[in-house]
Amino acid sequence: MLPRVLSLGVRRGRFTRRPGTLRGGFSLDWEEKLSEIKKKIQSALPGTSLLPLYDSSHLPPDHADVVIIGGGVLGLSVAYWLKKLEKQRGALRVLVVERDLTYSRASSALSLGGIHQQFSLPENIQLSLFSASFLRNINEHLAVVDAPPLDLQFNPLGYLWLASEKNAAAMENNVKMQRQEGAKVCLMSPDQLRNKFPWINTEGVALASYGMEDEGWFDPWCLLQGLRRKVQSMGVVFCQGEVTRFVSSSSHMMTKNQKEVKLKRIYEVHVKMDNSLEYQPVECSIVINAAGAWSAQVAALAGIGKGPPDTLQGTKLPVEPRKRYVYVWHCPQGPGLESPLVADTSGTYFRREGLGSNYLGGRSPTEEEEPDPGNLEVDHDFFQDKVWPHLAQRVPAFETLKVQNAWAGYYDYNTFDQNGVVGPHPLVVNMFFATGFSGHGLQQAPGVGRAVAEMIVEGRFQTINLDSFLFSRFYLEEKIQEDNII
Amino acid sequence: MAALWRSLRLVAPMWNRSTRGIHHLGGAVDPESNQKKRRTMLQYLSDYFYDVEFLRGYFFQNEMVKVHQKNRFRDKEWIRPDKYGHFSQEFWNFSEVPVEAVDASDCAINYEGLENLHLLKELQSLSLQRCPHVDDWCLSRLYPLADSLQELSLAGCPRISERGLGCLYHLQNLRWLDISDLPSVSNPGLTQILVEEMLPNCNVVGVNLAEGLKIGPEEQPRDTDRPVPA
Repeated sequence: MLPRVLSLGVRRGRFTRRPGTLRGGFSLDWEEKLSEIKKKIQSALPGTSLLPLYDSSHLPPDHADVVIIGGGVLGLSVAYWLKKLEKQRGALRVLVVERDLTYSRASSALSLGGIHQQFSLPENIQLSLFSASFLRNINEHLAVVDAPPLDLQFNPLGYLWLASEKNAAAMENNVKMQRQEGAKVCLMSPDQLRNKFPWINTEGVALASYGMEDEGWFDPWCLLQGLRRKVQSMGVVFCQGEVTRFVSSSSHMMTKNQKEVKLKRIYEVHVKMDNSLEYQPVECSIVINAAGAWSAQVAALAGIGKGPPDTLQGTKLPVEPRKRYVYVWHCPQGPGLESPLVADTSGTYFRREGLGSNYLGGRSPTEEEEPDPGNLEVDHDFFQDKVWPHLAQRVPAFETLKVQNAWAGYYDYNTFDQNGVVGPHPLVVNMFFATGFSGHGLQQAPGVGRAVAEMIVEGRFQTINLDSFLFSRFYLEEKIQEDNII
Repeated sequence: MAALWRSLRLVAPMWNRSTRGIHHLGGAVDPESNQKKRRTMLQYLSDYFYDVEFLRGYFFQNEMVKVHQKNRFRDKEWIRPDKYGHFSQEFWNFSEVPVEAVDASDCAINYEGLENLHLLKELQSLSLQRCPHVDDWCLSRLYPLADSLQELSLAGCPRISERGLGCLYHLQNLRWLDISDLPSVSNPGLTQILVEEMLPNCNVVGVNLAEGLKIGPEEQPRDTDRPVPA
């Protein structure tokens, strides 16, 4: 404890010399001597936890090969795939740093847990298809010796997207593309829709697309715990802490056009313990930013976005937390056991929950109505004014309902094009992103985790090509817009 | 009837391939995983419904045999495998005959294997009783049979829950559905009622709605020979 507290105000440079030792003089610098002794013991006996003068079991280790910032479903998925794809068993030492191990504000835990393949980008469809097959075989992937199998409580009823006149052509094109990628989606006219689901009021609906297979919703907490259990059994170290500083080295290079570029490499991550000033510097070679709604703060620590605007140095990570509400209501005459997750033309969505006529749903607010993301308080007036009218218009049975419960969670919202950011940063060469999925991160987590692990272990994307999701698109202004977001 | 059914069922031979499953894991290995992907055999029902008797085995996904619908035939004898488990050559003469009923009870059929059923465009009866690997994901694969399927039995499948039963809504021609003895369904009585509401033209059997109900102290027990669970 003592040396760590002492080191707080002291610059932890490697190559400083204390006054008094310059001519070999005696100095009572205990800390310096201690670190010398530690280094000697470490080189003689690697792997020992040295000098147990104080209890450091709550601290992360001194070195790790990969530090994953954020222990949500994306961070755990990257950890899992890193351990799965490493060339030799035990080759990569992975550390997951999570600020809040109760996951009280984590988007993964507060998510509705839906998965669908009805996207407008082929990469998103492939990610979702892979995630569906991962979830289907989850007990093969995440099996741990002597642990009970996971029950994801998957509900295979699919998503039903409704389109108005002006979106109908785009929906038809999207469905054609989804079918080409292998998703099983069928298009329905308003008449067919009325036949199939008589409780829908098809006024204003020109076309509907219904996912028949591999779509539905599941329990995200179960996936989170399953990943955590598996990842711990594979040897990943978990640590509770907050990243407060990156120490990096930089090298100056010249581009072809004789412009100077500064490339940074993070070699140390400072992890601060909760409710304390204690921190541990972790030497690392790769950092993965999977911090979800707070990714921009972590990126800013690494100096991403500090520079003149309209340059690569000045391009910030455009991910910010956006608050979204989910309401639970009871409606005795509502849609039956077969109802899919219905996403209306107005952006309202709902699905059935369980056997007891309870429904979950909500609506994404427009830009003007965005609530303040400072806290996770629920605004019930939003349901009264903005959600209920649309629900009642689309499903007349919902005119009488009673709200039982509500909660709020964050989207790690990518303000640029609402799609994820995956891959390394062009200037901070060893920081990889796996964030910014704006509400569909949970359903793409297995695929994205594998992509990032492939990037790290093999050097390029091998199975699903996510080159269009790289950070550089923010500077080059190349938007890959995803339309089907709720 | 059940005894007759059982006596007419033949045990289909298992083609065993020694290839490892696709989901071969580097770390923890689930011992079941190799077997369950590669053993998908289906047996055929006898003349409970029709005069067509047909026995069929399924290969792995790469070696599918397509069924075209041309002539039906009646009153043929059973085609049995010989002592090595192989069928004789005349078996292949019947590849034109449509398959109308499939009995896959107790088979280790799984999600990938159910894809093979999509080609049976005239399938009218399907029995998946006590299949250990049929779960909610598998039920979402039954919708291509919606035009012809009239009878479905899911009795005794340990992994099916009420969430998967919602997928049966697509099977609008279903006239008989057996959902008895599903251990993963949380509330069988309520599930039966909701499934009956979902499929109004279907006769849903299998759940005893009086299960778990107690007769009140003032009422006389009307049905004295039915044991009431305490």
